[in-house]
Amino acid sequence: MPQHLSYLKETTSQTAGPYVHIGLAPKAAGFEIYQKELGENIAGSKAEGEQIRVEGYIIDGTGTTLKDALIEVWQANAEGIYAHSEGGGEVEDGFRGWGRVITNFKTGKWGFNTIKPGSTLARNSGMQAPHINLWLVARGINIGLNTRIYFDDEVRANSIDPVLNLIEWENRRHTLMAKRSTDNDIPIYRFDIRLQGKDETVFFDV
Amino acid sequence: MKQDAEYYQRDPNIHPVACTPSYKSSITRSPRFSLISLENSISEITGPVFSHSDIDPGDNDLLTNFAQSNESPIGQRIILHGHVLDENSRTIPNTLIEIWQANACGRYRHKNDTYLAPIDPNFGGCGRALTDGDGYFYFRTVMPGAYPWQNYVNSWRPAHIHVSVFGASFVQRLITQCYFEGDPLIPICPIVQTIPNPNAIEQLTARLDLNATIPFDAIAYKFDIILRGRRSTLFENRF
Repeated sequence: MPQHLSYLKETTSQTAGPYVHIGLAPKAAGFEIYQKELGENIAGSKAEGEQIRVEGYIIDGTGTTLKDALIEVWQANAEGIYAHSEGGGEVEDGFRGWGRVITNFKTGKWGFNTIKPGSTLARNSGMQAPHINLWLVARGINIGLNTRIYFDDEVRANSIDPVLNLIEWENRRHTLMAKRSTDNDIPIYRFDIRLQGKDETVFFDV
Repeated sequence: MKQDAEYYQRDPNIHPVACTPSYKSSITRSPRFSLISLENSISEITGPVFSHSDIDPGDNDLLTNFAQSNESPIGQRIILHGHVLDENSRTIPNTLIEIWQANACGRYRHKNDTYLAPIDPNFGGCGRALTDGDGYFYFRTVMPGAYPWQNYVNSWRPAHIHVSVFGASFVQRLITQCYFEGDPLIPICPIVQTIPNPNAIEQLTARLDLNATIPFDAIAYKFDIILRGRRSTLFENRF
């Protein structure tokens, strides 16, 4: 009889369901219960760097936009530092790097304002191109989906990013590229998430 | 001295796969391509940090956090409590737990829920708490009712409370559902049955905890939450 390993097992994931908003973003869903809604302000008022907006849709396998999803955002500041004890240093007062956004109940559109993150350290050596980490939950999604937003104007950094280069299918890498437009007050990056079908977004097992 | 390194990978034998046809909503919302396996970098081992300034002390009491003064929601009063641990049995302090649920009739306070059972004017249905220094948390609430939903024509969810937990890094992020011991709807629920492993279902089933019950007040249920553990190494590690 071999020895027994005493590790516990991770609690299993279950779908966030159709009413995730009342738990995680009640105010955004028109339900006033808490004094403080979490995740409304990602960068704070003192963050250095370029102010940007990111927006898009989430599209299912039939081409229909999701109107009941929630996205969480996790990003570094403009210096590439995360607001965490292992994040690589200090960040500006009020910079959290974390936020929540829900898809609009009528249109399905989502969007958030933040500052553009800087390059972050890669494993072992080198740098990761600027990116925003996303975690997506909704009815019909059994376990939260992890993906990353990269920026299409960071051509050089993207070309040597170890995660983008890890994706064997080069023709799928563009699904992680947010497209910049500057027709507005602040630059808008458009990022649509396709759960399946043509141009299915790359999702990661992190 | 040992140093913290990568998180243990998720065990695919305990989590649902993306496409589980008996849970119909998953069919069009599940990626068809395999996930790209990513070794932890600084982007994965970090995650948001919360403190007591983010929440209010009464947020974990669903019996009072939406009730009018001197009133309380209808239903069986319960305490849901437990510890948040990692797979190495280390407690996780100061981590944010958020819950949401239907009222005692099985109705959610959500504009998209049209079930004919009534809204309870004294019940909001959500709460949140930080674990204490020992990783312990508790909520007071009412036992949620079974909830009818569109899957098969006649589908009822077992009584359940949705639970969201952060842990110390973005790779520990987890949303799950807490079920209650003895509920006959558990084994026939298409969402529960997305889970491939009976032990994993048991781990989602809160157990009656008579020792923690408050006489003539509230029945307690114990629900421990386990998040991914972390490797340690004797060698310098760079993410």
